[in-house]
Amino acid sequence: MSTTTTASPNEAKLWGGGKSPFNSEYGKVMMWYFLMSDAFTFGAFLISYGTVRFSTNGWPNSNEVFRSFPFAPEGVHAPLVFVSIMTFILIISSVTMVLAVHAGKNMDKKGVVRNMIWTIIGGLAFLSCQAWEWNHLHSEGAWWGMNPFLNADGTASSTNFTNFFFTITGFHGFHVFSGVVINVIMLIMTLLDKFEQRGHYLMIEKAGLYWHFVDLVWVFVFTIFYLL
Amino acid sequence: MSHSHTDQEAHNKEAMAEIKKVTIILSVFTIIELILGFWMISMTSQGLKLAVKGTIVILMMAKAFYIVAYFMHLKHEVKNLIMTIIVPLLLFVWFIGAFLWDGNSFRNLRNDYDPYFKEQATIKVEKKEEGHGEKHEVESKHETVAPLEKH
Repeated sequence: MSTTTTASPNEAKLWGGGKSPFNSEYGKVMMWYFLMSDAFTFGAFLISYGTVRFSTNGWPNSNEVFRSFPFAPEGVHAPLVFVSIMTFILIISSVTMVLAVHAGKNMDKKGVVRNMIWTIIGGLAFLSCQAWEWNHLHSEGAWWGMNPFLNADGTASSTNFTNFFFTITGFHGFHVFSGVVINVIMLIMTLLDKFEQRGHYLMIEKAGLYWHFVDLVWVFVFTIFYLL
Repeated sequence: MSHSHTDQEAHNKEAMAEIKKVTIILSVFTIIELILGFWMISMTSQGLKLAVKGTIVILMMAKAFYIVAYFMHLKHEVKNLIMTIIVPLLLFVWFIGAFLWDGNSFRNLRNDYDPYFKEQATIKVEKKEEGHGEKHEVESKHETVAPLEKH
């Protein structure tokens, strides 16, 4: 309470030098700014998708396109099933990442290792799901420049739909992949006691920020491609 | 010493409760989104569809808020840091509005002034068959059939 009442002198001191005005470590602040710029990159992709969709008369029905899952019988019609599994995998791996960061704050090496392993498994599971889905769509004749699907109203569709789908989920999948690589490096560093020697697990926090961002982007990609 | 230890424990408990709460909220929102998505499949009314889509977008924004605020811990950062991240992102308000508006306007212009573009949206491809092999055939057949239909 006392800090809020004497805010202005405190603020002057805050920027007077000698301490971190953002009360945060340099690398973490820079990670935030990187993620902000990355958000604009993804935003540009998704908005261009929206612009093209708005400027087109017909568009494929996502429930017709994404209707299968692994080991499904031929000709199955199960929209949203597989993608909801992918979504939950990513949410759960985000939760285990929070738990790893939390364990790191308590200098609990065991907890960090366990939760990082779960996070990596979640990331790999998500990537496997995506690999299956890409492979399945490719086997149906969908790829960059190839669109076997008709518009929802039965008219011929352009290749915009598949181009955007593969570009944007591919870009997101690349982020997931690099996130898994970063997490593996963090796990190895934890096992080598690097963070115990440093006396803090801030690197886990930074990797965590990146991983949550990947989950955050999937929230948008999932909604825009599969639901809207 | 023991005092700070219990303090730490209380803080831990609080943090764990927060993680649990946010996990449940994210899962519930996702499930609601999926239910709405399933419901939308059999929906015929365009107005209702639009309303459901709006709801899904609101749920999406709420999920994004919970991930950024709690999982990424932005809510517990210094206000100045929050502002340096949130204020630039406000550009998205213009970005989304302007570009979707532009796309929509482009479609309307082409429908008004480009008869070929408009006609393309009215020519139905013959009912697609099961299996992907046939689908390809139908697609290529369409290329040759469409120009004939014109005259």
